[in-house]
Amino acid sequence: MSLGKRCVLPIIISCLLLGLQAVGLSAHKTYAFSDRVIQQGAIGDDVIELQARLQYLGFYRGKIDGVFGWGTYWALRNFQNEFGMKVDGLAGSNVKQKLVKASKYDKNYVKSQMYKQKNFRYYGGDGNTQPKSKPAAPTVSNVPPGYSQNDIKLIANAVHGESRGEPYEGQVAVAAVILNRVESPVFPNTVSGVIFQPGAFTAVSDGQIWLTPNETSKKAVLDAINGWDPSGNALYYFNPETATSSWIWSRPQIKRIGKHIFCS
Amino acid sequence: MIRSVLIGVLAVALAGTAFWGYKEHQEKNAVLLQAENTYQRSFHELSYRMDKLHDKIGTALAMNDDSSLSPQMTDIWRLSSEALSNVGQLPLSLMPFNKTEGFLANVGNFTYKTAVRDLNKEPLNDGETKTLQKLYKQSGEITNELRDVQHAILDHNLRWMDVQLALATQDEQADNAIIDGLKTVEKKVNSYANEDNGSPLMENTKKDHSFKNLSGGNVSQKKALQSGSKLFDIAPDAITVTKSGKGATLPIYSLSYQKGDKRGFLEISKKGGHPVSLIVSRPISEKKLSLHDGGNKALAFLKNTGFDNMQLFQSQEYDHTGVYSFLYEQDGVKIYPDTVNVKVALDNGDITGLTAQEYYMNHTQRDLPEPKLSKEEAKEKVNRGVDIQEQSLAVIDNDLGEEVLTYEFLGTMNNVTYRIYINAMDGREEKVENLSANEENYAANLS
Repeated sequence: MSLGKRCVLPIIISCLLLGLQAVGLSAHKTYAFSDRVIQQGAIGDDVIELQARLQYLGFYRGKIDGVFGWGTYWALRNFQNEFGMKVDGLAGSNVKQKLVKASKYDKNYVKSQMYKQKNFRYYGGDGNTQPKSKPAAPTVSNVPPGYSQNDIKLIANAVHGESRGEPYEGQVAVAAVILNRVESPVFPNTVSGVIFQPGAFTAVSDGQIWLTPNETSKKAVLDAINGWDPSGNALYYFNPETATSSWIWSRPQIKRIGKHIFCS
Repeated sequence: MIRSVLIGVLAVALAGTAFWGYKEHQEKNAVLLQAENTYQRSFHELSYRMDKLHDKIGTALAMNDDSSLSPQMTDIWRLSSEALSNVGQLPLSLMPFNKTEGFLANVGNFTYKTAVRDLNKEPLNDGETKTLQKLYKQSGEITNELRDVQHAILDHNLRWMDVQLALATQDEQADNAIIDGLKTVEKKVNSYANEDNGSPLMENTKKDHSFKNLSGGNVSQKKALQSGSKLFDIAPDAITVTKSGKGATLPIYSLSYQKGDKRGFLEISKKGGHPVSLIVSRPISEKKLSLHDGGNKALAFLKNTGFDNMQLFQSQEYDHTGVYSFLYEQDGVKIYPDTVNVKVALDNGDITGLTAQEYYMNHTQRDLPEPKLSKEEAKEKVNRGVDIQEQSLAVIDNDLGEEVLTYEFLGTMNNVTYRIYINAMDGREEKVENLSANEENYAANLS
């Protein structure tokens, strides 16, 4: 990673700024950070400002996207190291003051550019503006490692079709069963393989999976991915009122949540 | 006159309807046929691959040279995984066919482990050769049964769509050659499972630490309700309690309550009365706390709940909620198997979630060995292109599900962050993780 530990030349760099002059330097506020400590995994305005300022100084070379990921983390640590501060990857008040002193930040300009040009980079006018290859699709939030937004959407569809109207923990449990099956050696080992296994889920067989899921089912899926499993490691569940298979009753039952009995 | 016109019109309408009905019927058949063909393909492929699998295991038995044995094992591993995916495409989930799937998974596990091993240094031992012989015999029997079913299907033009129907209607008397045949296969495999007791081939080879070191004696339902009421901060009579059934690995009490649009769910282990899992769901209004503040709340909560020496190793923010992963630290060594996740609502700092299943499953005071390798020696085992930024000692679960002491290196290469684990005893590269996958996304709802 070429996070520059280069000389900081804010004045020269600012001369190279594209379009910043047009906006007018006097227009922007010098201090926009909130007084919260920013740490890895955070999203939002503070992160955008942090990334923009670090980029202005040449530490951060990734995309200004408002998600505090590893790229931002190393940039911040290098900055702390360079400026003789405690290297902990946390942006506290001390760090923010130093950043504000050393760099300029135009909130409106950065925000307008980061939405307009998908490849917006090199705030601070680094001359080395190589064209960036793939524009990433905008997403609404952080994604847990190992799962894409689309995986989450697919599981949320299944959870919504299978268990809307169930208590929240019941929905998390259904999502957890899907994930447990992916892990299990005796089931297909992809999310789509498990969901579309013929006959595995009634919501898939009767097309209810294609209903639009609500926010609750998406939250339930995120919880399940993040490690919550109210089902107690179940691989099956059934509704005792509508279950037709006698075999399913022979499975050892773990617990009942709402209308569903979960079993292993 | 009017009458004949009317008759004419009706006749045309009738002909039109008949034609339309015929078209619909044809279309329906086309769709059914397509589904049927997909099933047929999966089944015939499965049968073919089982045949091949049997064949290859047989060949492997006769092989002596390691340079041919390793690729052979890899090939068997691939075949077993493909056969498994074929099973996944058949409409069998309403029927117990998971013993056969378990058999295939076992073959896969066994061959993978032997294929990745350096057979030159560590050739197959007697037990493994015996296992292979057993697998050869068993796969032969399964192949025969499947061939039988296949023959019946081809001979009598049996259709999988009928199987699906028979299974769905659950007609116990359903006299279906396919179902009967597959049931025989399943029975056969089941008998292997019984005779294999004690061998390394168990249905589920996943690690099983099974809450062995959970402290404390059994607590009563009343006691669980009391501590739940305290944790929820809600009167005991508003809480519903249920007990887990026989299938639970860890017997627990489940507590839940509903108050307006707020819902709480808590699991307390019967042994020791520990909180295993907590979920509070409610609408979360405006964000007032930072992710960092939430992390401090989470840590304080863990301390109060009896988790000591916990260290934050990962945090993320979703929809005004902070999700934190903590791990246990013993003498400065990170213990990755002992993790706890905590959720904090960033509007008022309430704890909205806890899951400690992993922690209670594995946690114990470990006998940590002295590392045989120095930090520098371990560093040399890391890919030269990786620019190492952080390092520490850590215990992780490796490929085989065993706990090993490792040096953990966090480093970067080409703007990607990696976490690399080098075994502290023998210098093996245990695991390499790519951590930057989520950097590509950006939050669009930044207010």
